[in-house]
Amino acid sequence: MTPKEMVVTLRDRYADEIETILERYPAEQKRSAVMPLIFMAQREEGYITGSAIDEIAELLDIASTQVVSIVGFYTLFYANPGGMHRIQICTDLPCALRGADEFAEQVCENLGVKLGETTDDGQFTVEAVMCLAACDKAPMFQVQNSSGLTYYECQSADDVNVLVKELRTSPDDLDETVSG
Amino acid sequence: MADQVTLKIDGDVVSVPAGTLIVDAAKSVSNDIPVFCYHPKLDPVGMCRMCLVEVGTPLRDRESGEPELDEHGDQKINWMPKLQTACTVPVSAGMRVRTATQQVTRARKDVVEFLLTSHPLDCPVCDKGGECPLQNLTMSHGSGESRYLFDEKIQLQKRVPLGELIFLDRERCIQCARCTRFQDELVGEPVIGFDKRGRALQIVTFSEPGFDSHFSGNTTDICPVGALTTADFRFGARPWEMQHTPSICPHCTVGCNTHLNTRRSGMVGGTVIKRVMPRQNEKVNEIWLCDKGRFGHHFAGSSDRLTVPLVRKDGRTIEQSWEHVLPLVAAKLAAADGEVAGIAGERLSNEDLFCFQTLVEGLGGRTMQWPGRMGGGDLVQQVGVGAGTDLAQLGAETVILVVASDLAEEAPLWWFKVRQAATKAGATLNKHPASLVVANARDTKLDRYANHIVRYSYGDEVQTVQALTHAISGDGAGIETGIDAQHNPLLSEVARAIEAAENMIIIYGSEGLDFSGSGALAQACANLLIASGHVGGVGNGLLPVWPSNNTQGAWDMGVRPAGMSVSEFTSGAKVVLLAGADPVGDGESLPEDAFVVISELFKTDTASRADVVLPAQAFVEREGSYTSGDRRVQRFYPALPALGDAMPDWNIFVRLTALLGLGTVPAGAGAVMRQIAADVPRYDGISYERLADVEEQWPHVGGRDSYYGGTAFENSAGLGLQTPTLAEMGHQVQPGNVEPPSVESGEFLVVPITLLYDRGSMLLRSKIMHQRLPEPYIELNVVDAERAGVGAGDRVALRVNGHDWEMATRVSTSPPEGVILFPRSLAGPLLPRTMVASLRKLES
Amino acid sequence: MSEFLLLRHRNIGEEGIAELDEYLRLGGFQAFRKVVTQMSPQQVIDLVKASGLRGRGGAGFPTGIKWSFLSDRFPRYVVANSDESEPGTFKDREIMERNPFQFLEGLMICAYASQAHVAYNYCRGEFWQLVDELQSKVIQLHDHGMLGDRIFGSEFSLQIHHHLGAGAYICGEESALLESIEGKLGQPRLKPPFPADRGLYQQPTVVNNTETLANVPLIIERGAEWYRSIGVEKSCGPKIMCLSGHAKNPGNYEVPLGTTFRELIFDLADGITGDKRLKAILPSGASAPILPATDVVLDTPLTYEDVSLVGSQLGSASIILLDETVDVSWAAMKTTRFFKHESCGKCTPCREGTYWMDRLLHRINNGQGDHEDANLLGEVAKQITGKCLCPLGDFSTSAVISGLELFHDDFTQHVRNGNGSTVELSE
Ligand SMILES: Cc1cc2nc3c(=O)[nH]c(=O)nc-3n(C[C@H](O)[C@H](O)[C@H](O)COP(=O)(O)O)c2cc1C
Ligand code: SF4
Ligand code: FES
Repeated sequence: MTPKEMVVTLRDRYADEIETILERYPAEQKRSAVMPLIFMAQREEGYITGSAIDEIAELLDIASTQVVSIVGFYTLFYANPGGMHRIQICTDLPCALRGADEFAEQVCENLGVKLGETTDDGQFTVEAVMCLAACDKAPMFQVQNSSGLTYYECQSADDVNVLVKELRTSPDDLDETVSG
Repeated sequence: MADQVTLKIDGDVVSVPAGTLIVDAAKSVSNDIPVFCYHPKLDPVGMCRMCLVEVGTPLRDRESGEPELDEHGDQKINWMPKLQTACTVPVSAGMRVRTATQQVTRARKDVVEFLLTSHPLDCPVCDKGGECPLQNLTMSHGSGESRYLFDEKIQLQKRVPLGELIFLDRERCIQCARCTRFQDELVGEPVIGFDKRGRALQIVTFSEPGFDSHFSGNTTDICPVGALTTADFRFGARPWEMQHTPSICPHCTVGCNTHLNTRRSGMVGGTVIKRVMPRQNEKVNEIWLCDKGRFGHHFAGSSDRLTVPLVRKDGRTIEQSWEHVLPLVAAKLAAADGEVAGIAGERLSNEDLFCFQTLVEGLGGRTMQWPGRMGGGDLVQQVGVGAGTDLAQLGAETVILVVASDLAEEAPLWWFKVRQAATKAGATLNKHPASLVVANARDTKLDRYANHIVRYSYGDEVQTVQALTHAISGDGAGIETGIDAQHNPLLSEVARAIEAAENMIIIYGSEGLDFSGSGALAQACANLLIASGHVGGVGNGLLPVWPSNNTQGAWDMGVRPAGMSVSEFTSGAKVVLLAGADPVGDGESLPEDAFVVISELFKTDTASRADVVLPAQAFVEREGSYTSGDRRVQRFYPALPALGDAMPDWNIFVRLTALLGLGTVPAGAGAVMRQIAADVPRYDGISYERLADVEEQWPHVGGRDSYYGGTAFENSAGLGLQTPTLAEMGHQVQPGNVEPPSVESGEFLVVPITLLYDRGSMLLRSKIMHQRLPEPYIELNVVDAERAGVGAGDRVALRVNGHDWEMATRVSTSPPEGVILFPRSLAGPLLPRTMVASLRKLES
Repeated sequence: MSEFLLLRHRNIGEEGIAELDEYLRLGGFQAFRKVVTQMSPQQVIDLVKASGLRGRGGAGFPTGIKWSFLSDRFPRYVVANSDESEPGTFKDREIMERNPFQFLEGLMICAYASQAHVAYNYCRGEFWQLVDELQSKVIQLHDHGMLGDRIFGSEFSLQIHHHLGAGAYICGEESALLESIEGKLGQPRLKPPFPADRGLYQQPTVVNNTETLANVPLIIERGAEWYRSIGVEKSCGPKIMCLSGHAKNPGNYEVPLGTTFRELIFDLADGITGDKRLKAILPSGASAPILPATDVVLDTPLTYEDVSLVGSQLGSASIILLDETVDVSWAAMKTTRFFKHESCGKCTPCREGTYWMDRLLHRINNGQGDHEDANLLGEVAKQITGKCLCPLGDFSTSAVISGLELFHDDFTQHVRNGNGSTVELSE
C-alpha cells in the first residue's frame, strides 16, 4: 500500500503528545490509544477528518474502518463539522424535572435555532444530551470546543446569553484566525 | 475419546466432546436450534438471542459431590432462572437442556418479532429469498401478524456499494456481526465494521478500495439475511431456479471445492453460470472461497471462445469439421518421424495431460510443461505433505516454514488456513498456535502472524534453507552453505524450533527463482525435512505453491518443465503440438518451418500463429480431475452444454492416437482415469467412483437450515483422494544434491512476483473484477526511488533484455534495495526469472 | 451524620483536602504506606473481606471477595470505574473533585492487594477537566515516591493512567468498559469469563467503582470492626446518596447505610420543592423500578436488602424524586429515551425493544396512542426482560413495567384526553 497523501500530519504537530498517549498502554496494545488520539485530533477541527482517521489507523496499525467505528459509537466524537462551540444541554429525567426542557427551548429561541441546529454564523450548535452527572445543579450544560469541555451549572437563560457573548468570536477575529 | 460429556437435550441423550456448545451438541442429534449470530466457524458472541433455551445442571450434595436424587430416584436439576443462549454455553456432564417448552417457543417468537420491526420484508425481490435464514425462521417461529406500526419503520439505503464486489442493503441487516467477525477473526482484515450504535448500528467500510479483502464474497454466504449480496449475482436468479454442479476452482493450486449454479438465460440464449459457491471440504477450503474463485469464472462464458476447428491455408483461416481436421493433423504427426514437440499448459486436467503425453510419447516425440517455471514436482512425489493434513488445524507441535512465496496472493486459502493455525482464530480459540516462520526477501502479508521472519537477499533462498539444515544436523553433515547459521542468532533460533517440533511443514514457492532455482530450493527444503525427520506423516512434508491449478497433475502425468526456452525445445521439430499454452503471447517463438497445431479456448497469439486450431471445452463443460499442491486428486463435472464443436482436450488427443494406430478411444473421461490409475505411479486405486466418496464433515452445512452455516453447499460429490508420497509408502528418501542458483548483478535486479488479481486471460474476461485489477506497475524501494529520481505514480521505462517497458511506479519499503518487484501478467514480458535491468524516468 | 468519611476527609478538612500537603498532613497515604510496607496482599484482601464493604457501582458485590477471585496469572490490572453515567448519579465526580487523594489511595491499595502494576481510571469523557486535575495529582504522587518504581523501598511498583470515555453509558458496565480501554466498541462481553479471570487484555482484572475504592483507606486505617459498626449488618459503611429531581435541596448526602428514605428526603434535604406532595421515587436512577411514595416505602432503610424487599434496587443510590405533578408516562418516556440512546446495539431485544418502547411512549405522550398501546408497551417491555446480553436491557424496562403497574392511569389519560403535549422526536 502506498501511504496516503497527508497535508500536515498529526505526527508533525503532536509528536510528543502522541508519545505520551501511547506510553499509557502496553506496547503490543497500541489500539487502546484510539480514543485519546481521536480526542486529540478532534481538537483541531471540532470533528474528525478522513485524513485524521487514516493517520490514527496507521499509527496504531489498525484498519481505518476500525477507527471510524469508534468515532461512530461514542457520542462525544463527531464525524461531521458542527458549530465552533457545541452547547450541550442535559435534558435527561433529573434535569428535566428541574426545568431543563424549558431551559433548552429558551436557549434555542435566544440563539434562533432548533435543537441539533447550528447558528447561521457557524459558531454555536445547541444539542440535548443525556445525563452529565450534575443533576443537582440543573439546568446545566457543557460546552465542547477547541479548548476542551467545560461544565456550566445552575444556569439561567440569561447566564447563557452572557456566555454566548463571551464565546462569540467577533467577525474580525474570525477573519484573523482564518487568514492566520 | 477421552473427554466425552453426556447430557440430555429434550428427550435425547447426547454424548459430545467436552467444550462443545449446546447448539452444536443439539445439531449432532438433528435438533436445529435457531441461530442468527452464531456460526460454527466463528467465536460465539451470544448477541442475537435467537438461540435461547432452558438449561439445568444436576444438583450435587455439597459434601459428597454426589448428584442429589428426588423421590423417584431421578436426578434433581437446578434449572437456571433465565433462559440461556445455546450458542455460548458449553455442555457439562449431566446437563439438561429443553428446547421445545412454551417459554422457549415464546422467546424465539419474541426475538423474531423484534428483528422484523426493522426488517423491510422485501423477500419477493431479495436475492436471499428461498435460502434465507430469517425467512425460514420467521416461517417456523414468527407470529403471523405485526404489532409494529409499519410507518414507524426506519427507511434506510437499499443499495450501498461496499466496494464494487459487495452490496449492502441497510434495511435488511440484522446486526448479527457475522460479516465483521469473519473479516476480523478469520481473515484478519477488519475492513468492514459497525458505525453508530443501538438501533442505528450500520455496517460501513472505510478501506480503499471499499471492502478491501480477497475474501469478501464469503460474507454474503454467511449473512443470515439478504443484507450482503454480490454485485455479480444481485438480482441474477432465484436460488430455486438454478441447477447445481459440483466443480473445482481452476485458479490456483489449492483446489477449492465449488458448486456452479447455472440457469437458462433468455438474454444470452443458453445456460449460463449465475454464481460460483463454495462446497464444503474441510481439509481444503472448509466452506470458503476467495474472490478470484468466486468472481473470476466469466472467462468460460466469454463470447470470444473458439467453437470450430480452424485451418490455415494459403494465409487464410478457414473453418473445418473435426472429420477433416483430425486426419490432416494425424497425417502431419505421422510424417514428422518422431520430431514432435508437445507443449501443454499446467491448467489442463489430468486426463488431458495424460492423453497428450501418451500421444506424443507414442510418436516418439518430447513434451514440455508450459510455462513450467517451477521445479520440485518429483520431490513433492517423494516427500510431499502427509495425506490428511489440515493446515488450519496445525497446533503448537508444528513448525510451518513458508519460503519464497507470497501466500496471500498465490494461494489465498492456504494463507487463510496458515493464518488460522498461527493465530488459532475463530472457533479454534484456546488451542495453541503453530509456530510460523516466514522466509522471504521482502515483507508479505503473512509476516504479521510469524513467530520468526527470516529476511534473505534474492538469490540466497537455497543457502538460507541449507543453513538451517546445517544448523540442525550440527556436524555440518557435508552441507555446503554460504550462510553460517551457527553465528546467526535468528537462524539458530529457528533451527532449535525445528529440532524441537514434532511436526514440520515447508511451504515453498518460486519467488525470485527460475525452474532450476526453485528446483534447488525444493531439494534444499526436502533435505531439511529429511534431516529433521519430518517426512512421511500427517502434518509433515513439502507443500509446493505451484503457479497453476494442475501443475502437480502435469508432473504426475509426465508433462514436465523442459528447463530450456521454447525455441530451444522446439528446435528441429517438424510438428509442434500445443494444448492450453500460449508461449508466443509471452514472447517466445516457434520454428518458422514447423507445422503448429494447438487446442485452445481462445484465439491466443500462439493460436494465431498455428496452422490448425482446435476448439477445446472449458472445464465447466466437461468432466475431469485436477491434482492440487497437496496431491489431492479432485473431480469436476459438466455444468454447461458443450459450446459449438468444442471438444475436451483429452478427447482430441485420444482420437489422434487412434487415427495414428497407437491406441483405442476410451469410453469417456472415467475410462481415461482408469488408464491413469493403471499407468501412473501412485494413482493406482484412484477412480471416478472413489473420488466421489464423501464422509460426514463438521460443521453440518448446506442442509435446510441455512441459518447455521450459511449458504455454502454440502459436499455430496466427493472429497477427492490424496496420492501417497514415497515417504508415506515407507521408502527411505535420501537427501539430494543442491546447486544454489548463481546471482546476477546489475543496476537493478527485476524480480517477478505473483498477484492474485493479475491481468491474465482469465480475469480480464471477468468484467466484475476489472476495478480490482491494477494498472501495470513496478515497485521500488524508497531509497532506490530517490536515487533514481522517481516518485510514486511516475512513469518509467524499464529496460530488460534490450527492450523498454513502460510502467507506473510504486514506492515502498517492501522491496529490498536494488530490487524492482515486477508483478506478473499485468503487462510486459513474461520474465521466467530474475533479471537485471535499468530504469529511466519518463517525462509526463 | 456527624462525620464525613468520603466526601470530605476524616471530618476535619474542608476544601484544602484536595491538596496533597493537606491530605498528607491529615494522615493521608498512611494506609497505603502500611499495606505496602507491613501487609501481604492476602492480608489486605482478608481485611477488606472482613469489613463487609460492598461495591458501590450498583450491584453491591462484596469487594474483598471480588479481589480474592483473581486468577493466578500475571500481569494483572485494576480499573477504577468512574464512568458515572446513570441518570441521577453525581457522587463519583464529587469524590474526585473534593477528595481525590482518598480515591487514588484506595485505587493504589487495591492495586497492591491485586498485585497489579498498572491501574487505569476510566472516567466518562465529560470529566475532561477533572481528569486533567487528577493527572497533575498523579504526577505529584510520583514526585513524592508514592507512585513509580519500588514504592517506599519495597518491591512494589505502580503506575496510574487515566482513560477517558467519550459519551457511552454502557461503558459503565465493566466488560464494555474494558473493551473501551482496549480501543474497541464499548459493547459488553459475554460472561463468564469474568474480569477476574479474563479482563483487560484477557488478563485478570479488578474493576471497582470510585466510591467503593474511596472507602478502602478508611478500612485499612481504622479496621474492619470499626467499618462494620457503621450502617447495618449486611449493608455496612457510609454511602453517598445522590438526591435529585424534586428535592428542595438536591445534592450528595453521605449517610450510613440504613438511613431511611424519609430521613434522607425530609430531614436532610428539607422535603419536596414547593412543598408539593411526593408521588414516586426512582431509587436507582433510570434503572430500577419506580416506588410509590407510601409510608412503607418512606420508612424503608436504604440498604441493598431493604430496598429490594419493597420491589426496587438501591443500586448506586441515585434517588430521583417525582412530585405529584409528574406524569409517570412522561418520566418513563424520559428513561426510555435514555436507554434507547444508550443501547449499544449488540443484542436484539435491547436494540429493537428500547426503540419500539420509545415509539410507543411518544405516541402515548403525544395523545396519538390508542387503548392498546399501553398494553402493548407492557408486553414489549416483558418481551425484552430476561433475554438480553447485559443488564442494560432489563434496566430499560424497569420504569416502564413498574410505572404501568403503579400508575396505569398516567399512561391512558392521554388517550382519553387526546391532548398530550407535543414532544419532539429526537433522531
Ligand atoms: C449498564 C450498566 C452501567 C453501569 N454503569 C456503572 C457506572 O457508571 N459506574 C460504576 O461504577 N458501575 C457501573 N456499573 C456496574 C459495573 O458493571 C460494575 O459492577 C462495577 O463497576 C463494579 O464495581 P463495584 O463492585 O465497586 O461496585 C454498570 C453496570 C451496568 C450493567
Ligand atoms: S442489553 Fe444488549 S444491546 Fe443493550 S446494552 Fe446490553 S448488550 Fe448492548
Ligand atoms: S445469541 Fe445464540 S445464535 Fe445469536
